[in-house]
Amino acid sequence: MSKIIVEGKAQGIVLKTTSPINFLGAVDKKTGVIQDKKYDIFKKSIKGTVLVFPHGIGSSVGAYTIYSLKSNQSAPTAMICQKADLTVASGCALANIPMIVVSSEEFDSIQDGNQITVDTKSEKIFN
Amino acid sequence: MELTAEEKAALNGEHGKTLQTAYRILVATGEATNAEKLVPIKWAHLSGVNYNTIGDSGEQFLRELSKDARVKVKATVNPMGIDFDHISDFYHIDDEFVQKQASIRDSYIRMGVEPTFSCTPYEIFDLPEKNTQVSFAESNAAIFANSLGGLKTNKESAFSALASAITGKSPYSDLRKENVTTPMTIRMKMDNPNELDFGMLGFFAGKVGDTSVNISGVSKPNRRSCKALCGGMGTSGTCAKFQFVDNEDEKSEKVDFGKEEMNEVFDELNTAEKGDIITLGSPQLGLEELSDLSKMLKGKSFEKRCMVFCSRAVQKQARSLDYINEIERAGGEILSDCCTCLTPLIDTNETDAVTTNSIKGAYYLKNSTGVDVNLKPLSKIIEDETK
Repeated sequence: MSKIIVEGKAQGIVLKTTSPINFLGAVDKKTGVIQDKKYDIFKKSIKGTVLVFPHGIGSSVGAYTIYSLKSNQSAPTAMICQKADLTVASGCALANIPMIVVSSEEFDSIQDGNQITVDTKSEKIFN
Repeated sequence: MELTAEEKAALNGEHGKTLQTAYRILVATGEATNAEKLVPIKWAHLSGVNYNTIGDSGEQFLRELSKDARVKVKATVNPMGIDFDHISDFYHIDDEFVQKQASIRDSYIRMGVEPTFSCTPYEIFDLPEKNTQVSFAESNAAIFANSLGGLKTNKESAFSALASAITGKSPYSDLRKENVTTPMTIRMKMDNPNELDFGMLGFFAGKVGDTSVNISGVSKPNRRSCKALCGGMGTSGTCAKFQFVDNEDEKSEKVDFGKEEMNEVFDELNTAEKGDIITLGSPQLGLEELSDLSKMLKGKSFEKRCMVFCSRAVQKQARSLDYINEIERAGGEILSDCCTCLTPLIDTNETDAVTTNSIKGAYYLKNSTGVDVNLKPLSKIIEDETK
C-alpha cells in the first residue's frame, strides 16, 4: 500500500479494469452498473465490490456520482488506484469510501474476482 | 500533509460538521496531489450545479449543507441544466426537474455564491493579478486560468472546489508551485487551424498529456480558438495546463498532432453528416464571440433551430451593444445559465443529431445526452445552415 487517501477498512470481491474511469457518464449513479460500452467491465455492477482501476478521468462532477452511489447503497466498499486524482479522492472522502493508491506491481498482482480486505490501519490488503 | 493546529481542530470537528467535512475533502485531495500543506485561495469556481448531473443525492446534500455553510472567499458557479426564463419554450422539461434545479440554485445562493451560472467566469470578471491562487472546478476554466490567465489552480473536483470556497484554502500541490515541469511537447502540424482544429488539438493533448503540456507550432490563436483548446483539453483527461512555446525543449518528449491524429479525434466525435439543430457555446460564448457572430449573421437567417449559449451577465452586455438583436433577428435563440453540455433542453425524442463547432460539446452530446454529432467550424455552419 503506497498511499492512503481515505482511511477505513472494508472487504469485497475485486472488480478490476485497466481503463481509467469517468464516473460521470460511465456509471449509473442509482444502480452502480457500468453503462458505457467502451469499458471492459460494461454491464457489470460496481456495487459492493472493491473497485480496482488505474485512476479517474473526465468531469469534476464525477465526485457527485460517487457520493450518489453511496447514498443509493450502490457504491464500491473500497477503491484501489494506481494514481490518485482529485475527483475520485474527494468523492471517496465525502462518501466515506476507503481509497488507497498502490504501486504498479501491487496493482498487477490484484486479481479480479478475489475476495479481499483493505485495511488502512494495518496498511494491508489481504485475501 | 502538515496541518496547522487550527486546521487540525477543524478536521477533528471542533468547529462543526460542515468545516470537518470540508477539511476531510481537502486532506484527501492533498494526499492525492502530493501537497505538503494548505494555502489560501482568493476565488473558487464551483461545479455540480446541474440537476441532470448531480441528481437527487446532490440536491439533498446541497440543501442540507447550505443550512449553515457559507463561502469564505469569492465563489462563482457553473451552469445549471436550464434557463428559467425560457422553460415554456421547452415543453418536454418536467416540473420535477424545474423544482429540483431551483432548489440547487437556491442552496448555492444561500451559501453566498455569485449567481453566475457560467462555465466561463473569466468572461464575466477581471482576473486577479498573476500567480494568484484560485480553485476552479470547471475544467475549461481551470485550464484557461492556468494557461492564459497566469493564475494557479488544480483541475479541481466539484467537492474540492466547494471545500476551498468554504475554508478559503486549497492543497499546495504541484500545479500551484512556481515551476511546473512539462515533460511533453505537442507539435501542432496543421496549418491555419480554425477553432474546431484547436478543440481537437486540445482533446488530443488531454489524452496524451499528464498534468501539463507544451504546445509548439501555434501562433497567437484568437479567443474562440483558445477557448476551444481549453474546452477540448479539459474533456479528455487530467491535463490542467498548457503553454505555447516557440522552441522545443530538447529534453521533453515530442508528440506530433498532424492529419492522422486529427482525423482520429474527428472520427471519434463526428457521427453524423448533418444535424437537426445547431448549438453554439461550450464553453459559453463571450462578448467578443457574440460580436463576431452578430457580424457573420448580417443579412442572413438560420434555416433550423440554433441555440446560442452565453452567461446572463454577458447576455446583458451583448444586448446593450445590439449583438443579441442581430443574432435573434437571424433566428438564434439566446439561452443563459446553461450550456450545450448536459442540458436536458435538447429533446432526444425530437433530435437525432446536433451540429456544433465545440469538441467539448460534442463529447457530452454523444456520451451523455445520447445524440449524434455533426462537427463543423463556425464559418462553415454559417455557410451551410443560413440563407
